[in-house]
Amino acid sequence: MISDLGVNDIGTYSFKRANVDLDREEISRPSLSYWQDAWLRIRSNKRTLASLCVVVFMVLVAAFGPSLWHFEFDSQDLNQTSKAPWSSRAMTVIEPYTPWVDRPAVSGWSDTGGPTNFEVVGFPSIEFVRLTWTPVQGATRYTVYRTIVDPEDGPFGLPLGTLIGESENAYEDRIDLEQDRYWYSVEATFADGSTASTTLPVEVSAATTLAGAIESQWVDSDSDLQPGDTLKTPWHPLGTDYLGRDMLARLMKGAQISLFIGIVAPLLFILLGVVYGSFAGFLGGKVDSLLMRFADFVVALPFLLFMILFKLVFGIGAGESGILPMLVALVLLSWPAAARLVRGQILQIREEGYIDASRLLGTKTPRLILRHMIPNTMGVILVTFTFAVPSTIFTEAFLSFIGMGVEPPIPSWGSMCNDGRKTMETTPHELIFPAIFISITVLAFNILGDGLRDALDARMRSTE
Amino acid sequence: MLWYTIRRLLQGLITVWFIATATFWAMHQVPGDPFVGEKAVSPEVEANLKARWGLDKPPLEQYWIFLTNMVQGDFGISFAQESRSVNDIILERFPVSAILGILAIVFAGLGGVLYGALTALYRNQWPDVIIILLVIIGISVPSFVFASVGQLVLVVINQLIGFTVLPVAGWGDISHMLVPALVLGLGTMAFLTRLMRSSMLEIVTADFIRTARSKGVPAAQVFSRHQLRNAVLPVITVLGPSVASITTGGFVVENIFGIPGLGQSFVLAVQQSDYGVIMGTTVFYGAFLVLMVIIVDLLYAWIDPRVRLE
Repeated sequence: MISDLGVNDIGTYSFKRANVDLDREEISRPSLSYWQDAWLRIRSNKRTLASLCVVVFMVLVAAFGPSLWHFEFDSQDLNQTSKAPWSSRAMTVIEPYTPWVDRPAVSGWSDTGGPTNFEVVGFPSIEFVRLTWTPVQGATRYTVYRTIVDPEDGPFGLPLGTLIGESENAYEDRIDLEQDRYWYSVEATFADGSTASTTLPVEVSAATTLAGAIESQWVDSDSDLQPGDTLKTPWHPLGTDYLGRDMLARLMKGAQISLFIGIVAPLLFILLGVVYGSFAGFLGGKVDSLLMRFADFVVALPFLLFMILFKLVFGIGAGESGILPMLVALVLLSWPAAARLVRGQILQIREEGYIDASRLLGTKTPRLILRHMIPNTMGVILVTFTFAVPSTIFTEAFLSFIGMGVEPPIPSWGSMCNDGRKTMETTPHELIFPAIFISITVLAFNILGDGLRDALDARMRSTE
Repeated sequence: MLWYTIRRLLQGLITVWFIATATFWAMHQVPGDPFVGEKAVSPEVEANLKARWGLDKPPLEQYWIFLTNMVQGDFGISFAQESRSVNDIILERFPVSAILGILAIVFAGLGGVLYGALTALYRNQWPDVIIILLVIIGISVPSFVFASVGQLVLVVINQLIGFTVLPVAGWGDISHMLVPALVLGLGTMAFLTRLMRSSMLEIVTADFIRTARSKGVPAAQVFSRHQLRNAVLPVITVLGPSVASITTGGFVVENIFGIPGLGQSFVLAVQQSDYGVIMGTTVFYGAFLVLMVIIVDLLYAWIDPRVRLE
């Protein structure tokens, strides 16, 4: 039938509009846009939602925490160093220190079995511990020891001092005392070299003078506390560090630094990568391969070594935080990954049917890029961004940990870990808290990234 | 295969040249010179020293000397450790880092493949759940925290037992290496486990697995011959980047455990502004990483012919 028709037989009359049943064409369900679909997927994934909440919480803590919390991140309190959150806050008010002049007189002698009546004079506090004993007949010298574990028959611990003379009967210890239980031993040495000793456990209390308390701002200057009263030192919910700075204040300030670098640096280098990559992908040909070869070179640079090199290159003057040089170095070294990704996407999208269709309809190139290409790569870019944040936080922490990152006194989670590591055996909280902050934040961003990838990138949707 | 090898090696050479160039010009921008901060030297002495180290020549000539020396395998001299060549330092330090790194890679690779296979085998049962939990910890806890905690655990164990089972720090025999290498490999191990798991799960649905099953191949053989072997392929591709991340981790682990490796000497060199060592080590590490990536690429091309044809 058709073969009977010549070309000339075809006219407008040949194209009659068919009957279209419009009702049947109607889409009965609302059509979901890409982002609506993504949001639905995120909402139905509990893990992603939870991690999103953690991320938002951390950002809020970083944004408002330091200004709401009444401790400054750099205000030191040297009377409150390395306090664990669970250590006692009670402190006894004592008289200002005066030298021990009225030492007890010798009122008798012990036999050669060792010093007797070994006891504490006055109130044993971190200011001083005063000890007295009945001297031993025939002793040539006395050595006083201190330890924090019961010595029993073992070593007496730290030798505090040696007193020469038979009638020495008192010793005052003011060496680095802390609120703890100590075992003091006094050992008498005789002319023939033999020794005899006595040990005494002493509970040393935290104490301060009123003037000291006022200076540390634990009480008001018009306080009517008397010696012997107790006061409560300020509450540090997460303890203090080795300079007596509030850990919570430092962690929140550290959150500001870590999150700022962790979010701004990826934003910048992904932006650079998007511009670079879409240029390369769109221009194609020789320019493309030249641009991408350069990106390959930058990838090959040993990342950490160059981060450190750049820190040297930019140089950090006195009083500078070192954040800006780190940002610049991160951007300079990290953009190629995003550039490669975007270029690949653009190359792929360029061949898509809807691009051809749009071109046929007469869309100009800029609009083509802005309306079709970039929105279609947004999902992948967003996922890349979410994964770049935790790895950047890691890098920052890592650099600060080896002392090549943010300059003190500005805290960063990494440098706090490094500070805490030095005292981890005695005060582990100084290491544990910053480590927890890093881990939780990195974990939250990683899970969020997984969830976003499942929601936004159909091809990468995980099989779990 | 030969052509592919030659091409990759040539690309690698150009990359190393780029790294050397970038390092040289970056170092050239560093403010000050090695004489800043030293006790005052007379102008004559300074001029002599500069002449000795070639610092009086114009930058382009210095660059040329630097490049030709590199080509001859001369990485320069240390400014801080008098009369030691960087080659000396690298020769002394690198084997230590290399042993530590290889051990870490072995731990990470074996652990990753083993745990990944286990999770896939016991999918959604308790071994899977526990390992996934450990993987999450491994990915989100920084290596320096692992190292610190590892050291603390060693201290406690040694105290409990009463003698030194494994030393807490230092370098010497295998007992010094185990814990640092394990700590160094943990992050990579977690990453490889995750990769291995998804790769295993993907392959389970492949046609050739179904074919093997329908042929009546025993389940154990399907698992070991068909599933495991094919699932390991993607793991090999990321071994190259893993070398880089383990090298990076080495910086911290070496410093914490007091291991005299190249990472420790680099950090020290930066603190002492020892430009010679910084430059030499950077180029050396860069070249080493490039070589590693090429080796992994060749390995992969040898295993999977499709790569060669690209």
